Amino acid sequence: MVEGMKIVIDYDLCEANAICMGIAPEVFEVREDDNLYILQEEPAEELRPKMEEAVRRCPKQAISIEG
Amino acid sequence: MIGASLAGMAAVQSIRASGHDGPIVVVDPAGSLPHDRPPLTKQVLAGQWPLERAAQPAAARLDELDLDLRLGVAATGLNADRRSVSLSDGSELEASALVLATGSHARTLPTGSGHGGPGGGDGSAALPSGAFTLRTGADCVALLERLEAEPARVVVIGAGFIGGEVAATCAGRGLTVSMLEAAPVPLQRVLPGGVGGFVTELHRRNGVDVRLGVSIEALNLNGDGSVRGVALGDGSNLEAEVVVIGVGAAPTVDWLADSGLTLLEPHRGGGILCDETLLAHPGVVAAGDVAAWPNPHFGGELMRVEHWENAVDAGTHAGRRALAELGGRDASGGGEAAEATVGAFSSVPWFWSDQFDSKIQMVGRCGPEDEPVVVAGDLTGDRFVVLFRRGDLCTAALGLNRPRQVMQARMRMAESLDWDGVAALF
Repeated sequence: MVEGMKIVIDYDLCEANAICMGIAPEVFEVREDDNLYILQEEPAEELRPKMEEAVRRCPKQAISIEG
Repeated sequence: MIGASLAGMAAVQSIRASGHDGPIVVVDPAGSLPHDRPPLTKQVLAGQWPLERAAQPAAARLDELDLDLRLGVAATGLNADRRSVSLSDGSELEASALVLATGSHARTLPTGSGHGGPGGGDGSAALPSGAFTLRTGADCVALLERLEAEPARVVVIGAGFIGGEVAATCAGRGLTVSMLEAAPVPLQRVLPGGVGGFVTELHRRNGVDVRLGVSIEALNLNGDGSVRGVALGDGSNLEAEVVVIGVGAAPTVDWLADSGLTLLEPHRGGGILCDETLLAHPGVVAAGDVAAWPNPHFGGELMRVEHWENAVDAGTHAGRRALAELGGRDASGGGEAAEATVGAFSSVPWFWSDQFDSKIQMVGRCGPEDEPVVVAGDLTGDRFVVLFRRGDLCTAALGLNRPRQVMQARMRMAESLDWDGVAALF
């Protein structure tokens, strides 16, 4: 069985810039409380390029992909 | 593929992702894969990241992309009908489909500076030692070296996004910085109604000497030809060991004269005229900074967008479009079937700029007559959102340190530019 990827946020680093939300709103959401919420912890494989982009774009380097 | 920067590599990746395994030749005048540009004015210039960390995402995937990568080779001419490209190494390349993604080059000072030459300069003009434009990784490293020597003063010419980021990074390094802007308000071309004044406030709060309405007569040089400062239009001189010229970029399309493609004049925004699918000519697609196309999301308004994200999105679209051309040519049906499968490139432009600890984000594109409406905070503060109104439409949203609201506006604008719908978010 092929293991999928898992999105991990380091909330000590996250400043809720919402850059990731702009890249993949189906996965990342910054809500009214200015906190980042993950809508899908294990997004589908076809989202990997977007997830990699989100990792790179995060100004605080707070996103990582496991798997 | 002409150009190995962000748009070109996005196109390559979308072509491979579509399952096409035919040969792809990628040509770029840079000696190595061009860097991802956003960190060049910020993390790399601040000394926080080594240049290598600013590699393009595609750099890690070169093997699997299986490209005939010809770096250090420039395209010097195109015959669009034959889809043949002349290269600087004297060779000729013929392709079934071409993607043009040659990007932009930094402008230098216009006529009168003594360094632009007639017609106003571009990046090809040699700059004196101590004067810089910032576009490539090499530009960044050269400037960084001079900043590490702690010059007594840095002068940044131009208060646009590149100028603003460089000024902020230099000030963050503890350097004395003056930022000179020809217009009475920064970002006048991008933001109507004097909204760009917030950039002046932001920089002054952070210790940058911002001077507006300033014309540059010339760069003053030392006996050895290196920069000593800037001669201003009012007759005064400003001493500086380092001068960074951030007066915008121009699309790199000179090589396309006589190609058979339609090039827009600079007053119409410049670039290669494409249809709404990014097709410039049968078998020839353009993407990124060079492509001007009627954007259906804005009622067919002709746009040319120099943002990072547009390079990725338009590049991805252009790759699929080129592939459709390939299929259309191979199949008996011609190009029409291809157009049915790859539709218009519809886009809400978006970009960000980090200056000091502040995030500037903008969605959409406003015109000079659009009315700014402040919907959160105020323009003199450190957090605000401004919407731009044109009749019943919201054409743009600008935020300072309001990423959540800007992203919400962006998502709403991607559905519809209807003013009431966007304004209702606030």
